Amino acid sequence: MPSLELPKLPLGDAIEWFVRWLIKNLSAIFDFIREVLNAITGAFSDGLLWVHPVFLIVIFGLFIWLITNKLTALLSAIGLALVWNMGLWSQLVDTLVLVVVAVVIALLIGIPTGILMTRSRKLEGAMRPVLDFMQTMPPFVYLIPAVMLFGIGVVPGLFATVIFAIPPPVRLTYLGITQVPEEMKEMAIAFGANDRQVLAKVELPLSLPSIMAGVNQCIMLGISMVVIASMIGAGGLGEVVMRSVSRLDLSLGFESGLAIVILAMVLDRMSRNIGSGKETPLSRIMKNYKKHRKQKEIEQSA
Amino acid sequence: MTAKIEAKNLVKIYGENTDKALELFNQGLSRSEIIQETGLTVGVAGVDFEIAEGEIFVVIGLSGSGKSTLLRCINGLLMPTAGSLLVDGKAVEKLNDEQLRKLRGEKISMVFQHFALLPNRTITDNVAFGLELRGVPYEERRERAQKALVSVGLEEWKDKLPEELSGGMKQRVGLARALLMDSDILLMDEPFGALDALIRAEMQEELISLQREIKKTVVFVTHDLDEALRLGDRIAIMRDGAIEQIGTADEILSDPANEYVEKFLQGIDVSKILDANSISKWPREVIRETEGISVALHRMKKADTDYLFVLGTRNKLVGMILREDVLKLAKEKNKSIQDIIKETNTVQSDIIMRDVYPELRNAEKDLAVVDDSGRFLGVITHSILLMTLDERKGGDGIAES
Repeated sequence: MPSLELPKLPLGDAIEWFVRWLIKNLSAIFDFIREVLNAITGAFSDGLLWVHPVFLIVIFGLFIWLITNKLTALLSAIGLALVWNMGLWSQLVDTLVLVVVAVVIALLIGIPTGILMTRSRKLEGAMRPVLDFMQTMPPFVYLIPAVMLFGIGVVPGLFATVIFAIPPPVRLTYLGITQVPEEMKEMAIAFGANDRQVLAKVELPLSLPSIMAGVNQCIMLGISMVVIASMIGAGGLGEVVMRSVSRLDLSLGFESGLAIVILAMVLDRMSRNIGSGKETPLSRIMKNYKKHRKQKEIEQSA
Repeated sequence: MTAKIEAKNLVKIYGENTDKALELFNQGLSRSEIIQETGLTVGVAGVDFEIAEGEIFVVIGLSGSGKSTLLRCINGLLMPTAGSLLVDGKAVEKLNDEQLRKLRGEKISMVFQHFALLPNRTITDNVAFGLELRGVPYEERRERAQKALVSVGLEEWKDKLPEELSGGMKQRVGLARALLMDSDILLMDEPFGALDALIRAEMQEELISLQREIKKTVVFVTHDLDEALRLGDRIAIMRDGAIEQIGTADEILSDPANEYVEKFLQGIDVSKILDANSISKWPREVIRETEGISVALHRMKKADTDYLFVLGTRNKLVGMILREDVLKLAKEKNKSIQDIIKETNTVQSDIIMRDVYPELRNAEKDLAVVDDSGRFLGVITHSILLMTLDERKGGDGIAES
């Protein structure tokens, strides 16, 4: 049988060459990004760790109560107290900071990208395979260029987490806006709105539930990536998980895993309610305030 | 007089790269041929019309006939592929974005079939939406919006959300939102299409009485013929993107331009559309109150009738005289008819034909039709009523009872 051996296409080599080129020519930029992100995450972690855990748990509990309800807040506080009790408090704070910073960056890039996709069919067509690639590429693979670009530490972990967590907010923002009824957009245009007004007054408010689902998904993916990111020195709870795996330490593994589950559940319940229009203590306070102001107005005019 | 809105050979073809489709259209190919050839749909196929200021212009047609497309060309939501659309003499397709926004924000308002109320805003904020886009300060626009809500009878609902309102109320909100803009032109895209029959009739009445006050130029799209005939000062019937006939309700009903229009008109209930005035006839003879009995007898004989309507100055209806009374009077040698004038049954000229039936049944003789100031306009007899029904139904001359 004749051999069908063709020369192998140097795909992987091409990517490697590209990343090396980036390092060689743009290292100043990557260094700058690393310094900035290091400073931000460091300041956050230090700030949160400076406060006593009990005090912080109470503050978190109150905040969660404001945007959800009493039961969720109580259970969240108990969960966080349990993590403290297991001696994983500082790791929890590190992980929380990592997730929050990564999610903020992912949303800052993802939501505008989703909006731009609704404006340009070309961009939408180009982004679709890119998003598929980002979502299905095994997340471990991102660690390699991350380390090459940023070295070992928190920042490459952030980089990998952002890439992994960005597709849901992009997709769900795009989906939410395209699902706004055509008649609503037409109405705004017919009353003299420009493109920016259509976006701000019709499309974004009406697609808010979908966008918030994207935010929620972004947080969840961020948490799952944080464990993987600890392989390149991102620290936090993931590092404890890795250590327990390498030592086959079941008790430590269970505890650190449970701490991640608790963090995930707390963040999920918090972000799930936003934008759903459900009544929360905060919305009640706002309503009462508005009522109070109106009454004052009536009294004044009388 | 210049037209408020004018279309000149207006063509709208959907899709990109319309050049080839336009060329085929200019060669006279039909809509289906153009779809087959290019895959593009011709929405509006070369339409000409003029709409005068203050008139209600109804565009009617089956779904897909291009009526909504035509409407959206007026405020530039859709741009014509060829031809021109003029508002106050200015071509809409030649305006830049800024001028177009100004036109929409100040001169033309629109009412939508499915109301298009923003579900996250209160009724007041929905009504104030146009003013908000215009940059009117918060307090002022809320105040004006609430005044507009009073005028449509919804002031109690001002802080509610749209989901809490019924369909008819929602469309009142939509109407208030459009009226608040104080624009000259009102575009209405099947505004009552999503409402049930009773509410629809009510809203039509409201629109008619509202129009008497505001006198806007209204372009009203509908697929309901009864609605078109009821509201329209003039009506345009569309098919496959082209206008088959433009005219007043009377012109279209009495003189359909072609077979399609005739078919379109079939199945409508004329008794709901025609009013007493349009079916009445001038009697063969009438008599003035100053005339004498010999004249009366002569005319009764000539017209072969046993009664005459008596008219005063400026055709004011005074009453009627009966033949038997005239004969009695003749024996007494009294020459004046003043003493024998009797009251007569009358109907107002604008009541619809359906409501004429019971009046006619109760009448002693035939029904006199009078206008607001009591002037005599004509008479309705049983035979006139039956003949009218028969004619409009396209029967063969003999009325069946």
